[in-house]
Amino acid sequence: MSKRYSPALFIIETLVLVMGLLFLLPFFMILMNSVKPISDIVRNAAEFPKSFQWNNYVLAVREIKMETAFLNSLLITVASIVGMVVLGAMAAWKMARVKTPLSRIMFFLYVAAMVIPFQALMIPLVKVAVVLDIINSRSGLIFIYVGFGLPFTIFLYHGFVKGLPRELEESAMIDGCTQVRIFSMIVFPLLKTITTTVIILQTLWIWNDFLLPALILYKREYHTIPLSINRFFGQYLYQWDKALAALVLSTLPVILFFLALQKNIVKSIAAGALKG
Amino acid sequence: MGRNIGPKSAWSGKARIMAETKEYLFFTLPAFLIFTLIILIPFLIGIYYSFTEWNGITKDALWIGVRNYVDLVTKDESMGNAFVFTAKFTFMVLLLSNALGLALALCLTLPLKTANPLRIVFFIPNVIGGLILGFIWRFIYNQAFPAIGKLTGLSFFLLPWLGTPETGFWGLVIVYVWRTAGYLMIIYIAALVSVDESLLEAAKIDGASPIRIFTRIVVPLIVPAFTVCVFLMLSWAFKIFDVVYSLTNGDPYRSTESLALNIYNEAFIYNNYGLASAKAVIFFLFVGLITLVQVSLTKSREVEL
Repeated sequence: MSKRYSPALFIIETLVLVMGLLFLLPFFMILMNSVKPISDIVRNAAEFPKSFQWNNYVLAVREIKMETAFLNSLLITVASIVGMVVLGAMAAWKMARVKTPLSRIMFFLYVAAMVIPFQALMIPLVKVAVVLDIINSRSGLIFIYVGFGLPFTIFLYHGFVKGLPRELEESAMIDGCTQVRIFSMIVFPLLKTITTTVIILQTLWIWNDFLLPALILYKREYHTIPLSINRFFGQYLYQWDKALAALVLSTLPVILFFLALQKNIVKSIAAGALKG
Repeated sequence: MGRNIGPKSAWSGKARIMAETKEYLFFTLPAFLIFTLIILIPFLIGIYYSFTEWNGITKDALWIGVRNYVDLVTKDESMGNAFVFTAKFTFMVLLLSNALGLALALCLTLPLKTANPLRIVFFIPNVIGGLILGFIWRFIYNQAFPAIGKLTGLSFFLLPWLGTPETGFWGLVIVYVWRTAGYLMIIYIAALVSVDESLLEAAKIDGASPIRIFTRIVVPLIVPAFTVCVFLMLSWAFKIFDVVYSLTNGDPYRSTESLALNIYNEAFIYNNYGLASAKAVIFFLFVGLITLVQVSLTKSREVEL
């Protein structure tokens, strides 16, 4: 940019900076009050802490079983995504390459299912989960997440595969490669860009999701982070000292994830939004 | 699995078709089976439930025909109220979030010194889950706002936030705009940076005013992004659940109950699974309608059937 930094730009910059500070204010308030004793929080939440009560965090970790919740969230997110990436990429590749009516029908059903809101599925889903005996189990929830994630995953992969040249696959086939080998050694590595997008978009969804796990997992030792937070607020409403520490701890992993990958995330979101 | 297939010509027709069918099913069937079990079958069962009465305790649902749908029109007021709330909320959020998102995008595509960190700042609320955001803002409205009000004397902060239907409504609008504006900003920025610089330069040389350049050149070029953002907000806001659940839970007096929360309450609080299923079917029809309008407007480039 050759443009000079003019006074007008300075005024705009100041205004946007003020706006940015306003956007961060809620996080700042939570962080600041999370180290105060409850009496100070209730008396004046806009005041800097006079004394630091780090014990809030110790109690919060104990109360929401933070380490268990974190591991559950991690396990469920990672396993669900591995499942939908592998199955979704396999199916999308074949459906894009083999253009039969069956492929078209399945692809149509996947795309149409993306319209169905969760509320139109949740009531019978609980029933189906009971019948399949996958209720109240982490692997059951993972299975359900794979089912919910597949339509969008297949939609993204399908669009991407159509843009890939077939020559590599064809010459590998002539050389006698099996389909499994062609897929795992040649096709899947070529899908890297879109795999990153899938992983990022689905991670943000599953990690933050509340209602589905709330309906499937009621045993406390299986609770994810959102479930533990919800349970905590149901029990100790307005015990802000512990609650705020718990909120800080539960937002931290996803904020770190975002800051570490922000370039990729922003790209994925622009791509995902323009497609979904 | 067609191991060591060798050159195609060595194959007799039938055996090849068999092998290819097997391969095809090996790759596509696992995904489709799970999808059928988790989405297609529950969706159909849900439609069936909507014609039944079932409290979740008795073993079987009782077939009652269209009575749930009749009741929805004649007796049930809660869904109508939830619809009005959701429609008003969606309209407001759509307007404000797009306006703010576009304004931020316009500012942050200027050569500002802090443009990059500010993009991150505006986007951050978006990566945090709705449930947790709702709880964060409960603290902001209940504790932080009164304290800031006392400090500054600004009456805005001293309103009974979340205590009345109006403050509940605006409380949710503020949180949702705060959460989504940064997302729309990203999409608008992507569209703005793809606007050809030379067009703008040419217009400037021809003596066009900045406002004219914006309305005549920039706006027409970002129309696609605008459509995306409008429909994104339409479908998100219309389906809002988590933030409402944790921030107001529909209070006061169910005045801030969204459609999704209304269905949830009907099913899992009042245990009217049949009626809730009928509501869910109608909810699906609304969402489907929005999507149909969107697809017909944008003529989806992706769906090649």
